[in-house]
Amino acid sequence: MTPPRSAARNAGRAPGAREKFSDWANRHRKWLFAAPAMAFVGVLIIFPLAWTLYLSLTDSQGSVRAATEFIGLENYLTVLSDVERFWPAVGRTLTFTGIALVCEVALGMGIALLLWRPFRGEKWVRVAILLPLVATPVAVGMMWRLIFDPNIGFANQLLAAVGIPAQPWLSGQDTALGTTIFMDVWQWTPMVVLILLAGLTSLSEEPDEAARMDGANAFQRFFFITLPLMMPTVIVAILLRGIDALKTFDILYATKGKGGGSFHEVETLNVYAYGLSFDYNQYGLSSAVLILFFMIIIGSMWLLTMRKKAVSK
Amino acid sequence: MTVLSENTENTETRTATPARQPRSVRRPKKPLGTRAYKVFRVAALIAVVLFLVAPLFWMLLASLKTNVDIYDTAKSFIFSPTFENYANVLQRNNYFVFIFNSFWVAFVSTALSLVLGVPAAYAMSRFTMHRSALVVLMARVIPGVSLLVPWYYVFSNLKMVGGFEVLILSHMFVALPLIVYIMMSYFDSLPLELEESAQVDGLTPIGAFQRITLPLSVAGMATAGILSFIFSWNNFMFALVLSGSKTKTLPVAIFDFVSYASIDWGGLMAAATVVTIPIMIIALFTQKYIVSGMTAGATKG
Repeated sequence: MTPPRSAARNAGRAPGAREKFSDWANRHRKWLFAAPAMAFVGVLIIFPLAWTLYLSLTDSQGSVRAATEFIGLENYLTVLSDVERFWPAVGRTLTFTGIALVCEVALGMGIALLLWRPFRGEKWVRVAILLPLVATPVAVGMMWRLIFDPNIGFANQLLAAVGIPAQPWLSGQDTALGTTIFMDVWQWTPMVVLILLAGLTSLSEEPDEAARMDGANAFQRFFFITLPLMMPTVIVAILLRGIDALKTFDILYATKGKGGGSFHEVETLNVYAYGLSFDYNQYGLSSAVLILFFMIIIGSMWLLTMRKKAVSK
Repeated sequence: MTVLSENTENTETRTATPARQPRSVRRPKKPLGTRAYKVFRVAALIAVVLFLVAPLFWMLLASLKTNVDIYDTAKSFIFSPTFENYANVLQRNNYFVFIFNSFWVAFVSTALSLVLGVPAAYAMSRFTMHRSALVVLMARVIPGVSLLVPWYYVFSNLKMVGGFEVLILSHMFVALPLIVYIMMSYFDSLPLELEESAQVDGLTPIGAFQRITLPLSVAGMATAGILSFIFSWNNFMFALVLSGSKTKTLPVAIFDFVSYASIDWGGLMAAATVVTIPIMIIALFTQKYIVSGMTAGATKG
């Protein structure tokens, strides 16, 4: 391909270092282009991950105690036998992610179907969908804090209007997690809508038309034609959204503060690990939590990609 | 053969008028009953829009109220608006500095990530370097805290915590994988022939990338850049740990607002509005790009 041509060009010119370099660059452009970004990410990921792994095997407490001893798997044993903070945090992380994902995908599919065919005022709905998506999560957390305030919040004013007694929402020990899930649904359902809508518009019309001919009603066509065809897109949406839902931090920290509230009612693994690291300097312990957390994330990703491969076939 | 027969089948079904078709094959009327479905659809769409916009509207309303009015449920919607909260927040709390910090960090980290990310995405797309791409995309999966602990350790020993460099570096870490992901799916959709013919005409491969591919991918870079700017602007956790009093970004600034003035709802809502408005304006003008960025690679199966 290129070598003969560039060699011919070089023959016409005075042999200088520049030409040689550009030839070399062209031959190695694959790595020349990719290497800087990979080096950047590699240094900023692989080195910290290795460090986290190392820290998880020590009793490091940051600057509080300079000497750090290697203690093997002790941190992991401590964490895994911790039924007061760790396991509830695992439960909350999975509950938060699971419920949020189910709501977001179901609602998102409903809204995407509503938007599927063109209609008047489409532009305005598009704008409405974009607003929560780009709103700053911390600001969103503050906004919901006011709306769910037990005394002056709009949520309780609404309930009062229909005669339901006021709820504690965020301040309640049992209701806080549900309320934060609601916030997540508000902010991120639009993203699921966008992804599913892109999937719907790229579907071919024929299967739907054929089913229509055979007299299938709207529900039958959705459940037996559209939904199976949409499964790969649905799984992509779950993957993209799931990664971020597992790692949710901003809204939880903004609405409930350190430790996920005074009774740790919204303390997920991310909030727990953050607190251990930056509020208590328990680097060794928090590293062990993070390694376990990371394994949970990788595991669920892996399961989903397997599922996607099975669906695509 | 098969293609041909498929085609004829299709044209038959399309051109056949309902009258000539047997009863059982005739295309049924819209199943839910056209009018009932239309009414349902309009109602549902209004509900969706209300659900998404009303909370933001409530935040805006509260930011225009005095704290006395906020506590008065009779004045939920009817009150005399005031800009006092905004004046307080912007002047007394120096929010202009925070706005600049947020803007600067988002802008520089996006620009640098584009410089690193676009060629990388190009190489990964053209040479199908899926394993290399995986390394970069790993950054999206890893929980930020696990990186923050070592970063904090190293950077505080280097006396860099609180400087712009660290913040920009950490935000690039969010931006770069996003840009590589979006640009890879963009380059995948760009036909290879354009570059090949440019090379036949005498351009080197890198020359073809510079003069043909890059100008053609301006839209993709805009998409990636805008999205990365938004994510950087909204980022909270990295800035919470790594920013100093002089480099504090807006999300951290509003969070601080709570800890020392948890009852000043008017001011808090004004601060929250101040963070959200610029990014929303950018989003409204660049709608098309945001949508294509959010859905990049989602439908390829």
